[in-house]
Amino acid sequence: MTERFSPPNSDRFAEIYPPMTEQEAVVEANRCLYCYDAPCLQACPTHIDIPTFIRKIATGNLRGSAKTILEANFLGGTCARVCPVEELCEGACVLGKDHEPIQIGRLQRHAVDFVQLKGIEVFQAGPPNGMKVAVVGSGPAGISTAAELAKRGYAVTLFEKRDLAGGLSTYGIIVLREPVEVAQREVESLKHLGVDIRTGYELTSREGLDALLTEFDAVFLGLGLGAVPAMGMPNEEHALDGIELIEKSKFDLSSIHVGDRVAVIGAGNTAVDAATVARRLGRDVTMVYRRGESEMTAYRHEYEFALLEGIKYEFYTQPIGIEVENGRVTGLKCIKVALGEPDASGRPAPVLVAGSEFVIPCDSVVKAVGQEKPALATELGLAVHKGYIEVDDDLRTSLANVYAGGDCVRVRGNATTVMATQDGKIAARAIHGDLQAKLQAAISAAGV
Amino acid sequence: MADLSIDFAGIRSPNPFWLASAPPSNSGAQIIKAFEAGWGGAVWKTIGAPVLNISNRYGGLSMYGQRLVGLNNMELISDRPIEVNLREIAEVKRLFPDRAVIVSAMVESDPRVWADIVRRIEDTGADGIELNYGCPHGMSERGMGSAVGQVPEYCEQITQWVTSVASIPVIVKLTPNITNITHPARAAVAGGANALSLINTINSVINVDLDTFELVPSVGGYGSHGGYAGPAVKPIALHMLSEVAKTQEVIRAGLPISGMGGIQTWRDAAEFLLLGASSLQVCTAVMHYGFRIIDDLTDGLSNWLDDKGFKSVRDVVGMSLPRVSAFGDFDLSYRAVARIDHDKCIQCNLCYVACNDTAHQCIDLYNPDGIRVEPGYDERLNGKGVVSTRPKPVVREDDCVGCALCYNVCPVENCIEMVSVPSGRDSVTWKQLSVNQPAVTQDWAEMEKYREKVGIDIH
Repeated sequence: MTERFSPPNSDRFAEIYPPMTEQEAVVEANRCLYCYDAPCLQACPTHIDIPTFIRKIATGNLRGSAKTILEANFLGGTCARVCPVEELCEGACVLGKDHEPIQIGRLQRHAVDFVQLKGIEVFQAGPPNGMKVAVVGSGPAGISTAAELAKRGYAVTLFEKRDLAGGLSTYGIIVLREPVEVAQREVESLKHLGVDIRTGYELTSREGLDALLTEFDAVFLGLGLGAVPAMGMPNEEHALDGIELIEKSKFDLSSIHVGDRVAVIGAGNTAVDAATVARRLGRDVTMVYRRGESEMTAYRHEYEFALLEGIKYEFYTQPIGIEVENGRVTGLKCIKVALGEPDASGRPAPVLVAGSEFVIPCDSVVKAVGQEKPALATELGLAVHKGYIEVDDDLRTSLANVYAGGDCVRVRGNATTVMATQDGKIAARAIHGDLQAKLQAAISAAGV
Repeated sequence: MADLSIDFAGIRSPNPFWLASAPPSNSGAQIIKAFEAGWGGAVWKTIGAPVLNISNRYGGLSMYGQRLVGLNNMELISDRPIEVNLREIAEVKRLFPDRAVIVSAMVESDPRVWADIVRRIEDTGADGIELNYGCPHGMSERGMGSAVGQVPEYCEQITQWVTSVASIPVIVKLTPNITNITHPARAAVAGGANALSLINTINSVINVDLDTFELVPSVGGYGSHGGYAGPAVKPIALHMLSEVAKTQEVIRAGLPISGMGGIQTWRDAAEFLLLGASSLQVCTAVMHYGFRIIDDLTDGLSNWLDDKGFKSVRDVVGMSLPRVSAFGDFDLSYRAVARIDHDKCIQCNLCYVACNDTAHQCIDLYNPDGIRVEPGYDERLNGKGVVSTRPKPVVREDDCVGCALCYNVCPVENCIEMVSVPSGRDSVTWKQLSVNQPAVTQDWAEMEKYREKVGIDIH
């Protein structure tokens, strides 16, 4: 961990869920029915053997439990905190049918935290196989790929443009859900596997990619996504970037400058997170969304969390400009929206209601309306699909020996850490299979 | 409201629940508190020879997060002077004339010493004497407790010494630390006992500490066997109770039995009554939760009696004894099969794995389209929506042997039912087969022929 990391020291920025006590975990683990071919296991995108890890908690075998988790999901500590468990494992728990599902996420955190806080490494690097792979981007997809390859004996170099590795886990998830330390523990485990982590390196051109392809047997791209896109409204430059706001909240709360009344544009999970940061700083927060409650992209539980936090919602409202006086934001100008016919997304298209303009008085506006697609893809000469890097089922890109995963290929499905982690497993398996096949072919050719 | 009062060998109490002779009945102050809470009686913690106790004394058995499913102890009989105990016994009996006060005793094997203690106990006004033939630790090394209980001859002899001088009822408490508990029971009858009680604690080593490698409880680093009690011993106690209750000598002598061993709730109590106990003793549950549990014990038992239309406790005593049978008398043609209620099934599929791994492989998995599938999952599918594709377990009734393992592992109440179905065969017991067709019971080839003839297919 670097010197510049200083965690926010405030109770309002402690993790939402406290860690489980040993007894609490054992009692909860003993509630698990230990289903056969359990639905939670299948519902998990990384297919962690959940009944097995829970049984190991029940018997006091925490090291074994953590290994069961981490074998299927190297980012088990992060996923335990950030996974939308209600939509995945816990949502599939058979006990949820008529009462409370097992708290799978918290149990997972209990087991993984145990080994990480004790400094127990459950994996060792595989015997070196003489091949080298470059992984670009150290977010969940990159870390997962690097770990899976290192366990198979590859010499892996992980490139990261920022100061700290970890990507979204480090910079993009509010500390209430995941403190920076947790992300950094996963980076440390990666170092233990012998992965060479080079921060401050940014891939920006095809030449750079070609250079990597010359030096390495394969390249994995886990590039993530860009900044919040422009909305094209007057005075937009006065809006704060929601992703930047979250990043600041992870390292230095005092660097956040928002006024007493904050308007957050957007209603996705990132918007909820940005709004939560402002709210926990004691601000009055209103989220502005052009559609309604049922169209929100945030998970239901995130929405309910926001309501409990005291965050207000302004639905069916389209921001059309930021009002500024003497260089200071005074309000967000909006227009009411009615719902029309379904659009391409399948959701009702918003239709502006003429003459319904009004101003939400505020002194800060935060934009959290999604992220820009990976512009670098085209620059690198990769085929794209709807702006995302095009890949096949095994995450091969249009360029030989180049693979990609995580948000930058997420043209369909959910952009979640757990999906990115699974991408890492798929890509590592494909890289390993392809390189071994090439090696066998070369050996056969030499033999002839 | 059912009448909960009992008359046990002439000892009366307003309800059948007595504190067993143990730490909860160690002193007058405790028993007064228990009686105020509503307990019907108490068997005073054993008085007798001078002893010194050790620490630690108790070892707890925790399972699946549940504390004290079993408790073992290395505590000895009362370590308070006998005079103090006798004085307090008299005082308690004076304060609570309607409650049963029974005094447990254990002294050296000398008729004069026994005669002396019997006289002193009777002087307190106590309602009865219980002979502690069970204590498996400490006292047994001194020739008392289970050292007596395990040898029917000693059992009879000492019982005879006591009954020949006692004018109040004498209850003989039996040890389970013996292969066949009916032997000491018969010996007690022969010795003139007025009643029996069982079971005392079972010899046990409850735990080994995985960090220190010491036995639990540890006395300065060393451990020994102790007496096992609590909910975990109930099935053993029920078995021994039914054995003793069906023993001809006990029946002929008309001896009532005080049942104990793992009674924690009124439900346990009802089971003991149905298998022949007519008073009930409780210890570990009280040590776990305090005297206050008497409220649910009496209330629950009373409500159950009312629901079943019984007027009093004695109406149900021994009602299940006629159902205690033996393997040789079972109808070999009786057939039950498992049936799963798919509306209740939560698809944990524990029945499937239990049947397939360890029973008779007669449960199959079917997907929502009604196609039989093998277990396993599709790596590409995820999210809570996978529940909609989850296969359900279906019993192949023709192949089901009715072992009831699935029924026992199913976590959902009334989801799997064992349904009685006609087997198409005439009723026959093993005893009848042995007499009528002995070759079938002695020769495998004959057995195969017999099966084929009557249509028994073992898949």
